[in-house]
Amino acid sequence: MGIAVSLRSVRKSFGALRALDGISLDIREGEFFGLLGPNGAGKTTLISCLAGLARADEGKLSVMGYDVVDDYRETRRRLGVVPQELVFDPFFTVRETLRIQSGYFGLRHNDAWIGELLENLDLAGKSDVNMRRLSGGMKRRVLLAQALVHKPRVIVLDEPTAGVDVELRQTLWRFIQRLNREGHTVILTTHYLEEAELLCERIAMLKQGRIVALDTTRDLLTKHAGYILSIRLKNDNALPGTLRERAVQSKGCWTFRLKDPNEIAPILAAIRDDGHSLEDLRLLQTDLEDVFVRVIHGTESEGEGSSQ
Amino acid sequence: MSGFRTLLHKEILRFWKVGFQTIAAPVLTSLLYLLIFSSLLDTQTQINGIRYMAFLIPGLTMMAVLQNAFANSSSSLIQSKVTGSVIFVLLPPISYIEFFTAYMTAALLRGLMVGAGVFIVTCAFAPPAFAAPFWILAFFVIGGGVMGALGIVAGIWADKFDQLAGFQNFLIMPLTMLSGVFYSIHSLPLFWQGVSRFNPVFYMIDGFRYGFFGVSDAAPERSLAVGIVCFAVVAATALFMLRRGYKLRY
Repeated sequence: MGIAVSLRSVRKSFGALRALDGISLDIREGEFFGLLGPNGAGKTTLISCLAGLARADEGKLSVMGYDVVDDYRETRRRLGVVPQELVFDPFFTVRETLRIQSGYFGLRHNDAWIGELLENLDLAGKSDVNMRRLSGGMKRRVLLAQALVHKPRVIVLDEPTAGVDVELRQTLWRFIQRLNREGHTVILTTHYLEEAELLCERIAMLKQGRIVALDTTRDLLTKHAGYILSIRLKNDNALPGTLRERAVQSKGCWTFRLKDPNEIAPILAAIRDDGHSLEDLRLLQTDLEDVFVRVIHGTESEGEGSSQ
Repeated sequence: MSGFRTLLHKEILRFWKVGFQTIAAPVLTSLLYLLIFSSLLDTQTQINGIRYMAFLIPGLTMMAVLQNAFANSSSSLIQSKVTGSVIFVLLPPISYIEFFTAYMTAALLRGLMVGAGVFIVTCAFAPPAFAAPFWILAFFVIGGGVMGALGIVAGIWADKFDQLAGFQNFLIMPLTMLSGVFYSIHSLPLFWQGVSRFNPVFYMIDGFRYGFFGVSDAAPERSLAVGIVCFAVVAATALFMLRRGYKLRY
């Protein structure tokens, strides 16, 4: 498999703000890649530089071997971007919008694929409706269809499921996963970390314009593996003093971060020895959200970070 | 060039879909100008030996061409910038020259449609003359071209609708209203005659009118030369902005 997207020492500043501070990264063809990070980490700037919406101050970016500045026609043909903002052209219907977008890429007889897109994204019934009359979720689906209308090799989704209901999210992911199976490279940014955990093979975490973690999803989870033990004592009693410094209290619950499940027994023993009994106990495995919180905030050993 | 074809098609569809506002409304405005000014002045006034009402028609036609060519490219760009839909034309492989040519051609087409509408409607009031059709065509293309390109510059430069409105109200409107649409500059005091000769729109209206009557305030060759220089400057500015991605790609 070749390299779909290659970034070399990419830098971009807005005045004093360093939005991208030396990003180097290779994304392989056919990969489902996650780009995670808090707001303002540089994810959208990176996507914009890749798509030619912004220009990097320094560094090289290429898509399927073509340079995004020198060979912009080649890279843009191979790249489909779903923007984060819910934008639309109020003059046109759904079908017109897609035909126009297709024409921009030089595909003037593309109705079969447009029909398939409409069908797969549950838009067939709305094809002749003006964009203004669509709900937010439908507009987002049209944005996805617009990004896919020229069958790009690399699909970039910038927060595609923000404000989208559960059912639609499922439809959307089924379709994207199908495209990925068919060989399209997918780059995803999302705030829904469970989506990233479920879908992405590899993940880069960005913080203040730098990559702070880059690994396969599985290795990220293994590396940071552990358990979160959450307990509540009867009568809302406090923990014995010996345990208190290891735990974090929140809403009457005490949370422990454990590396090994065998650490549970001594905790329970200490509680029993102190004469307390349990009201509730929950044991959770570390998920991507925990990893994210720990990597981004650099809090390997403490923090609430519990998740459901 | 298929990106160009589609972009042009989209730009035409955009104004055609709201044709009542983009074509019919300016035709009506011009007709009102004609009715008001000519009913006041037509009986007493002749300019360069031409009945005032007949004199007014080419000027009004050209004014409509100029204003609408400007309005088309500028409003399309500002709308798509403000709504964010400009991204749809920035993501595809469309070159800055294709971009420029598509917006220019659409601006000229809208200018042509409105201009033709004004001319046809107003001709009902005074029989038209076509002394030198080549000059009519030449000044339509160069005048519409200058304003279409200026619309691109203004549409890219403006960040908000009111900035564009300022451009339109404080630059385009005074330049067109004080360009000799309603009078011959020879009827002005010497000072204002001199000032009018610095107004490029004066040459476009004057040259366009020459095409109809074979009479003008300035020599048509000179007017055309002024138009060509203006076009070169404005078009170069627009192309420079588009190539750099000024305010479009950050």
